Amino acid sequence: MKVVVLWSDALIFLLAISLVVFFFQLRKDPQIRARWQQVFSSRLGMMTFTVIIAYVSVALLDSMHFRVALENPDGLETQEVFYDNNVTSVLDVLSGGMGERFERTYSAPFALKSFEKQTLQDEMGRTVRDFPQLKHAGVHLESPQDKWADVGQRSLYALLMGAALSLLIILPQWLLLRNSPLPWYASWAVQGILISAAVWMVSISRYYHVLGTDLGGADVLYQTMKGIRTGVLLGTLSTLIMLPIAVTLGIAAGYFKGWVDDVVQYLYITLSSIPGILLIAASVLLFQVYIDINPDFFSIGMEKADAKFIALCFILGVTSWSTLCRLIRAETLKISQLGYVQAAHAFGVSHVRILWRHILPNVVHIILITFVLDFSALVLAEAVLSYIGVGIDPSMGSWGNMINGARTELSREPVIWWTLAGAFLFMFVLVLAANLFSDLVRDAFDPRTSLRRSEA
Amino acid sequence: MFAYIVRRLLYAIPILIGVNLLTFTLFFVVNTPDDMAVSQLGEKYVTPEAIENWKKKNGYDKPLFVNADASGTSQLTDTIFFNKSVRLFAFDFGRSESGRDITTDVSTRMWPSLAVALPTFIVGIGVNITIALMVVMFHATRLDRGAVFLFVALMSISYLFYIIGGQYLVAKSWRLVPVSGFVPEGQVWRFLVLPVMVGVIAGIGAGARWYRTLFLEEANQDYVRTARAKGCSELTILFKHILPNAMIPILTGVVVLIPTLFMGSLLIESFFGIPGLGSYMLDAINSQDFAIVRSMVFIGSILYILGLILTDISYTLADPRVRLS
Repeated sequence: MKVVVLWSDALIFLLAISLVVFFFQLRKDPQIRARWQQVFSSRLGMMTFTVIIAYVSVALLDSMHFRVALENPDGLETQEVFYDNNVTSVLDVLSGGMGERFERTYSAPFALKSFEKQTLQDEMGRTVRDFPQLKHAGVHLESPQDKWADVGQRSLYALLMGAALSLLIILPQWLLLRNSPLPWYASWAVQGILISAAVWMVSISRYYHVLGTDLGGADVLYQTMKGIRTGVLLGTLSTLIMLPIAVTLGIAAGYFKGWVDDVVQYLYITLSSIPGILLIAASVLLFQVYIDINPDFFSIGMEKADAKFIALCFILGVTSWSTLCRLIRAETLKISQLGYVQAAHAFGVSHVRILWRHILPNVVHIILITFVLDFSALVLAEAVLSYIGVGIDPSMGSWGNMINGARTELSREPVIWWTLAGAFLFMFVLVLAANLFSDLVRDAFDPRTSLRRSEA
Repeated sequence: MFAYIVRRLLYAIPILIGVNLLTFTLFFVVNTPDDMAVSQLGEKYVTPEAIENWKKKNGYDKPLFVNADASGTSQLTDTIFFNKSVRLFAFDFGRSESGRDITTDVSTRMWPSLAVALPTFIVGIGVNITIALMVVMFHATRLDRGAVFLFVALMSISYLFYIIGGQYLVAKSWRLVPVSGFVPEGQVWRFLVLPVMVGVIAGIGAGARWYRTLFLEEANQDYVRTARAKGCSELTILFKHILPNAMIPILTGVVVLIPTLFMGSLLIESFFGIPGLGSYMLDAINSQDFAIVRSMVFIGSILYILGLILTDISYTLADPRVRLS
């Protein structure tokens, strides 16, 4: 086994670690602590946060990549170890080889037979046109009539296992946090549901295709799960690239005023006057041309797809800083008029120190709100970009590519709905959780809304 | 007022020059004409002569900024920068890579775009404001909280889902209107109903939620309390006090969008087969026709700046306290 660290893997772990550090730093501030407590004192906050954490953990599991060592064929007299060209992730292992059970082409959820007729030989040796049996669905059944009874029985068994596992995970939390004033029980309920659902999906997938298969015969449930990493990573990485640009320029413009302000304003008006989608599309196309001309930069296909992906995040980040920059500039203008900043000036405190100690902490709430809000917008944008043809590389699973590949199949009879349903459902849950959570964060951190609440 | 508008228009010039420089850098410096020739010709047929031929045919065989071989002013005009970028200022878009005249294409394709975007825009605002007003009437009740949750849920659904779902239900299952297509005259509405409907419904979540916040902000003002104390009915307060005052923030958000309606919607147009500017851009992106992309970027930024100016003007009309100077 050989560990593979893609650039995006390194970045996602760096991101996760820095978020945790950031969180603990913020905990020291009693005011910010009180705000977070407000977010988590609502059941909705607990539940949506748990869902987001679940998606992020799947993304992290899917970011630990390695290449399996191949067994040398007999007779080959060498000590050298060869590795599989396909990169596997920990998620692939945990899902019990869900991604390795390929069929020929489309098949419906829980179907036993393929979606398309094929020329077959029956027992008597005659050729007939019929729906062929699937290779990996219900092979253990004695007759097709037993299917639903078998599914029911296995589901019951899986759900019991899931309940046991949930209990095992929730129990220590309960022992630790039972006296906490926060509504942890809401989080535990969601954890229980998610864990049970995961156990159910993995164990049923061994015998059936829960969400059917797609054109190439790949399991749709597996693909939707692979889409999680792409969505989460795109949403966080692009914002992370955008933040330093927006914060530096916004604070500089609002604090130094004068020509700095003019230049920054000119920059963001120019940038925001260009239709966003065109700018993104043009940049992505140019990068594509660049890669096509220099094909020998990357050793394996996955690295090329990964480079394209990071370029996309980079482009999305660089093209979208103007809104946040405008907000931060306005807030900094306001703050730098306040008494404590004037006092700091009078005491001869250096610019850098004023910016770091007095201005930056007071715009953190804007950054935070934007981070959560942009996340859901970016996850949705990915699907649209893939449709336009400037999105994620097709070899890297993403919800946008799934939707794009399946949208014309609705005109078939009977309808092939499962690919679309899977991608839309997984995307909807993530975006809904992020949107609801961002509402709560905004309510807690935005001075305007918290002021209104204290009046009421 | 007139002087203000003239000054604002003059301010637009450096911004457009910036846009121009940025696109020029993207298209010609990052990606040199040679690279473009290679990707357009395909890797198999690349010979130095073929590249030179392609560059000559498409007018890329000149120096980027300064032509030292030429004399007089043509030192500056006989360059790629002048031919491909500065000409945009005179609305001379030149020809696309496939040889079509971009100006004609844009002026014919503008109208189908507008035929979809304008109804969507107007009906959308009407529907969103109506829904938001109804929700505000039930402020701080279960109904209000439920509605807000519903708005967030509607916002969280992908735009593609609305389009695909709408096409499947209305056009395919119920067979009420054609799935896609467009005819210039006759029963145009049959082709427009579905895209407009999808556009409006997809916008309800974000739109109605935004209007609700605006209305609530006004509803917390002192004049509303006074009106209530005087004994005004809730309906009078809503329509005579809150709605007119909320028009100011509504205008800022909405007027800036009006000029960009000409650009059409990329997704709606390509899914419904409407030959507007949106699908024009998409085709250009897919066929890597950078001449069209460049022109559309330029048109888009002009329209955006126009929108900003219109917003300022509409401010003075809606709010007598604001004076342009």
